[in-house]
Amino acid sequence: MKSLKFCRQILTIGLLAGVSATASAQMLLNGAGATFPYPIYSKWFDEYAKVDPSVRFNYQSIGSGGGQKQILAQTVDFGASDGPMSDDNLAKAPGKILHIPTVAGADVVAYNLPGNPALKFDADTIAGVFLGQIKKWNDPKITALNPGAKLPDQEIVVVHRSDGSGTTYIWTDYLSKVSPEWKSKVGTNTSVNWPTGIGGKGNEGVAGQIKQTPGALGYVELIYAIQNKMPYAEVKNSAGEFVKPSLESIIAAMATAQIPDDFRFSITNAPGKDAYPIAGGTWLLVYEQQKDPAKGKKLVEFLKWAAKHGEKMARDLQYAPLPDSLQQRVLKRIDEIKM
Amino acid sequence: MYRSGLPLLTKVLSFMAVAASIAMEERSVQARMASPSRFGDKAFEWLTLAMALAVVVLIILIGWQLWIGSSVAIKKFGFHFLLTSTWDPVAEQFGALPFIYGTLVSSLIALLIAVPLSIATAAYLTELAPLWIRQPLVSLIEMLAAIPSVILGLWGIFVMIPWLRDYPFPFLKRFLGWTPFFSGPIYGPCMFAGGIIIAVMILPIITSVSREILRSVPDLQREAAYALGATRWEATRIAVLSYAKKGLFGAVILGLGRALGETMAVTMVIGNTPQIAASLFKPGYTLASVIANEFTEATTDIYLQALFEIGLVLFGITILVNLLAQLLLRTIATTSATRAVQ
Repeated sequence: MKSLKFCRQILTIGLLAGVSATASAQMLLNGAGATFPYPIYSKWFDEYAKVDPSVRFNYQSIGSGGGQKQILAQTVDFGASDGPMSDDNLAKAPGKILHIPTVAGADVVAYNLPGNPALKFDADTIAGVFLGQIKKWNDPKITALNPGAKLPDQEIVVVHRSDGSGTTYIWTDYLSKVSPEWKSKVGTNTSVNWPTGIGGKGNEGVAGQIKQTPGALGYVELIYAIQNKMPYAEVKNSAGEFVKPSLESIIAAMATAQIPDDFRFSITNAPGKDAYPIAGGTWLLVYEQQKDPAKGKKLVEFLKWAAKHGEKMARDLQYAPLPDSLQQRVLKRIDEIKM
Repeated sequence: MYRSGLPLLTKVLSFMAVAASIAMEERSVQARMASPSRFGDKAFEWLTLAMALAVVVLIILIGWQLWIGSSVAIKKFGFHFLLTSTWDPVAEQFGALPFIYGTLVSSLIALLIAVPLSIATAAYLTELAPLWIRQPLVSLIEMLAAIPSVILGLWGIFVMIPWLRDYPFPFLKRFLGWTPFFSGPIYGPCMFAGGIIIAVMILPIITSVSREILRSVPDLQREAAYALGATRWEATRIAVLSYAKKGLFGAVILGLGRALGETMAVTMVIGNTPQIAASLFKPGYTLASVIANEFTEATTDIYLQALFEIGLVLFGITILVNLLAQLLLRTIATTSATRAVQ
């Protein structure tokens, strides 16, 4: 009896809350796209509700392809993508679309070898392995880079992502930059025609397959390797230094990479001796000319807040925030959004 | 819409069959009834007819939508789409052959494993098992059907594949390695593993349906066999299994329908490599998997169109397989009928 009464009370409170929520006029901003930055975006939306309670966000992490499609179709107020939009897609837009970079991440070379020795790789070796030319762990190219490590006479089982993803985009973008052969044979995309290896679905699929397969080598997001305590390699950057992937070395890459005016940048193989070479950003996509002035104003306020305050939350969630120089340029760009 | 539509298809097909058979039965019952003009009966007839038609319309709409969604790709690639093996989103060259092959082969492996197991289980449950054990066993099998496919996939990666790689696969390779099917290096994720995980997933449905069918075999059949001096095995084989052949075949087809569209768990263990290899230890790819994998991040139009066309091909294969099954069923029915006459 008592519990029944309690239930009724809860129900009443719930109903009242529902009524009051609809009573206060709230603006709903709709967004869709990339899955990689979803954890930090949802954190931003939560925090921003405290800053401006009159705005609510509805973000669907349906993938970058969906994000680009929906912003082109104007069914969302902002899109999100792990790769910059192509010229072809931009040409289809009814207005000018701005790329607003938010955070960055990195791909790491993860592996499974007996004893899990610390390993080093360079561009040639990684490209060779993924092109199927370096087949064994004790290949001279790998042993030359790792004189101390004990490398077995074992086949390298290459593991890559099977689902289309920003992670793959960064990976193939890097390989295309460092290997002309990769560029002509395979190219850069969210999913490609892999010359070799087995495909795992999602970071968890790739990580699982690496962990379960002795002799496996693959790429996963840095956050994922840290959380799963997987060993990952240092990679030689374009300045000739071996760099461990970390938030610092990703920020260093963003600071030294050439960032074009439209922010459709690629920070793979960035110059600078501290830069980790296999990193990439993620973008919010908004129209320069907002159709709905009220919504546009709220969106601009949020974007500014994200660039100024949201960035500070990135590190806690293992995302690399934008370096200050880039942040200033982004803020200037947000100011150019017209209502 | 079509991503959820495809797995739905098998359900839809079976619903259509049920609804249509209700409608037909209703009509024949009506013919036998003295006063067919009662309003309730008429209303029921129209209602069931409308349901059956709605399902047909739904199927046509799904097919039409897939056709529209892939029209540019169909025009661009033509029959090459079905006959070539390159799947290259960068160069925008798309061929579906390895996916078609992977779908059919993984489903075939699944049937080869699941059908004997399921029918044997069903026969045990209805004919041999002591009464007290039947209900718990049935519940357990039905629980297997309730496991979400992504959980089965994770179990596949972390438990099934390491075990397969360490014990049964090397064993198979040692004794059957001389055949092309079990040759080559063993990585773990492969076509065979995909087939096994599908087998696990279709086992409950084939078992449950088979059990219902065996239960509906009249006791008169068994009693007649025993009266003629048949042993338990003979009675089960001749009087029960043979009698229920048509129904059991239907159960298998229902399982096959599910196998063709199975996505998530298969994707996680099959290795996702679009290639046609004789060895079952090599990774493969299925139609449903490539849609699930690449749909969300497909940014160019022709790429999306090609994925829609993959959906259309899967749709076509499902219908084709069901039609073939209907034909086979009819052949079985007529041969057993002639045998009965003789």
